[in-house]
Amino acid sequence: MTLQLRPPRHQVSPKSVLLWTMQAAVFWLVLFIPQLVVFLLVDSPPTWELALLVATGVIGVAHTAVEPSWRYRVHRWETTSDAVYTLSGWLNQEWRVAPVSRIQTVDTKRGPFQQLLGLATVTVTTASAAGPVEIEGLDQETARRLVEELTTTTQATPGDAT
Amino acid sequence: MSTPADLPAAPELTEPLSQWHRLHVRMLIVRPLNEGIAMLMPILVLLFTGDGEKWRIIASGATVAAILAFSFLLWRTTRYRITDDQVELHTGLLTRKQLSVPRDRIRTVDLTSKPGHRLFGLSAVRIGTGQKDVPGLDGLTLDAVTSEEAERLRVLLLRKAVPPQPAEGEEPAAPSPSDVISQLDLRWLKFAPLSLSGLVAIGAVFGVLSNYADDLGLDVVHDLWGWLFEHPSFSLIGGFAVALVVLGLVLSVPLYVIQFWNYRLTREPDGTLRVQRGLLTTRSVSVEEQRLRGVDIQEPLLVRAGRGAKAIAVTTGLGSKGESNLLLPPAPLSVAHQVSRDVLRVEDDPTTLKLRKHPFAALRRSLFRHIVPWVVIAAGLAIWAPAWAWPIPLVVLPFSALVGWDNYRSLGNAMDPRYLVTRNGSLVRSTVALQRTGIIGWRIERSFFQRRSGLVTVGATTAAGAGIYRVTDVGESDGLALADEAVPDLLRPFLLLEGE
Repeated sequence: MTLQLRPPRHQVSPKSVLLWTMQAAVFWLVLFIPQLVVFLLVDSPPTWELALLVATGVIGVAHTAVEPSWRYRVHRWETTSDAVYTLSGWLNQEWRVAPVSRIQTVDTKRGPFQQLLGLATVTVTTASAAGPVEIEGLDQETARRLVEELTTTTQATPGDAT
Repeated sequence: MSTPADLPAAPELTEPLSQWHRLHVRMLIVRPLNEGIAMLMPILVLLFTGDGEKWRIIASGATVAAILAFSFLLWRTTRYRITDDQVELHTGLLTRKQLSVPRDRIRTVDLTSKPGHRLFGLSAVRIGTGQKDVPGLDGLTLDAVTSEEAERLRVLLLRKAVPPQPAEGEEPAAPSPSDVISQLDLRWLKFAPLSLSGLVAIGAVFGVLSNYADDLGLDVVHDLWGWLFEHPSFSLIGGFAVALVVLGLVLSVPLYVIQFWNYRLTREPDGTLRVQRGLLTTRSVSVEEQRLRGVDIQEPLLVRAGRGAKAIAVTTGLGSKGESNLLLPPAPLSVAHQVSRDVLRVEDDPTTLKLRKHPFAALRRSLFRHIVPWVVIAAGLAIWAPAWAWPIPLVVLPFSALVGWDNYRSLGNAMDPRYLVTRNGSLVRSTVALQRTGIIGWRIERSFFQRRSGLVTVGATTAAGAGIYRVTDVGESDGLALADEAVPDLLRPFLLLEGE
């Protein structure tokens, strides 16, 4: 018999696909546009410059097209009365579990794109420097309820969580 | 010179002492002295290069004056006090900082005396809490107070931090003032050359010197490389390498003595473990024993070849600076295991448990990671570099492959009723015994390639030490079973049992 981790119960907001698409697009444009400008301004640019430009463009388009929806199929989260459980990543995946009794802080943050889309990231930290559990791309109402719920259960648990 | 250990028994506790104290006035001299050693080079260079132009003398004078003025103002503006439940420190010239640490959160006290401090009988006191969630609250430093005051603070702060110890089975020999667990044996010096500390030191000195050379506009290093590049002479490079290695070996012994002279590991009656060491800069690091979450036995490759190891404490509240978490300097492996046993108060050192091997696929991954980068570099050099360059990575390759193989042999995990044991690494092989009750979460990673090989890397997160300790490239099912068993009920609700 073999053991496996089951996927956490909830998916993140479908709008996350758009969020990740925007993030990927910005990342690749920042790499692509300066190259393009140089390529257009320089007289008789070398071939490797063209090759690099094309490569950046192709990989960028492919990544931006594939990664966000792939991510959306992977990213999941769940809380129980005892633990917070998440799965994230796309090519490389990572499961994180933090017991509610060890939670130190629960924060929400919204980047500019997330504000635009009405999304939020909830970060749950423990005493471990390597331990924060992040749930990215929740819609703001879900995030608010999650934070409230976690804060209440955490305060009910005694101890300094180390 | 007297080490803190030789001091008379700690004075009785007189509390509360909630009035404000200044750091010791002698710091006015000590700080410039300590920092002066670092500033000496640039000042001398400034003074003695060139032919005594006026601006050089003025600049040197101004530097010295600035250091003096700074240390005076810092002293004037720094105050600390210890109240019933807080240690407070107010400091800062332009930005006033008011730091306070709750006394019941204090986990470690680290006393450091640099040569400048020792000349004037002072010690810097670092108080660690291990609270990483609030920046700046992970501890504070009083630099410096008299050695007697430092010793008094150590006893006072840690005693307050430890509630009266519950009788835990066999009580240690309580009446003795402190139990010595381990102390320096001069035979350990044979591990000094094996630890390569000499080479590291040469590298550091070389880095500093070339920095100064750069500042002066001397392109010594660059010129040297350029010259070597144009006249590639293997006898010259070989001779240089041999000289470097010999110098490193010779230097490593005095370095070991400087760092670890008077090394003693003791268990204090107030429930702390205490490491004292150092010839020039003396250190005394006290760790609250209840906060010790495990031990890390580290074996750098050559030290391992000489059947040696060092021991590191896995604990909260220690800064990472200057090996403050060191329990045992490089010493025979048997001593490391004895230290681990005594420190953890167990019958058998968990790091000597027989480890379960990881699947064969882990070997493939390890070899791949140690071979492919060198092939890529060789290919790159073959295309873009002079013709003599590309074989060099190929010469390195067999050794790298051996390291990859050894890295796989290192991998392993085990469990006993109280500890999770995991081993990693080849160049520095690290065997960690982590208290199972100290695990505060899991991070289970599976890369694209691991997925194809049915492997995962199971990371146990903890408040102590590195924050996470990994069981690398373990079979998925075995790794999950291990995690499930190590912390009952945490992972269970998320596991699926499949097939029979």
